[in-house]
Amino acid sequence: MQIEKKVENSVMTIALEGRLDTMTAPQLEGEILGKTDGIVELNFDFAKLSYISSAGLRVLLTAQKIMNKQGKMTICNVCAEIKEIFEVTGFSDILTIV
Amino acid sequence: MERIQKEITVDSKIENVETLTAFVEESLAPYSPSIKAQTQINVAIDELFSNVVNYSGSSKMTLLIDVDKDVLTASLTFIDEGVAYDPLAKADPDVTLSAEERKIGGLGIFLVKKTMDGIEYRREGDKNILKVVKKLV
Repeated sequence: MQIEKKVENSVMTIALEGRLDTMTAPQLEGEILGKTDGIVELNFDFAKLSYISSAGLRVLLTAQKIMNKQGKMTICNVCAEIKEIFEVTGFSDILTIV
Repeated sequence: MERIQKEITVDSKIENVETLTAFVEESLAPYSPSIKAQTQINVAIDELFSNVVNYSGSSKMTLLIDVDKDVLTASLTFIDEGVAYDPLAKADPDVTLSAEERKIGGLGIFLVKKTMDGIEYRREGDKNILKVVKKLV
């Protein structure tokens, strides 16, 4: 998986490419945990993400909980396969998919 | 009835999830599975293999793949020699809770149950045998 992270003032944008799975989820967690001081907006771009497993969902949940306290979080360009995983797991009610 | 059967055994190391996924994708390619079915199968491999790696204590895992060409259905059987563990005995997580109330965990096997067409577990001697069935189209 490739992670492209950009921080502009208080807005963090993370674009993911590949698979957010049991092997790569810790990588993403490392880019977020302890690195969101002063961030009020966290935006994920899933345009090039092909799939997500529960390990990836766990990281998104952690990020969502952090951002609930200090601002907002959105996910854009979600493909149909990942959308279905969000729906089955109830994550579509927790996350803001734009 | 026409069927193909293949198997692979890997060390119980998380990076082998890629070996398993490649093996399954290659085995299924001749039957042109839908992108959705293949994606769901890949997620199931990720969930079930990471459970073996993280919790079973087994040093190896064997994956059998069996494709029934007549009905275009694949069976994937995960076999490890770890501690007895029936993932189907666990209650499903409450997927209606808010982010704050949600617990981290328990989602993997739930996802597999929801996306596969069949799942069964049995303990045979010192082996955990978990089989999932999925239609390819």
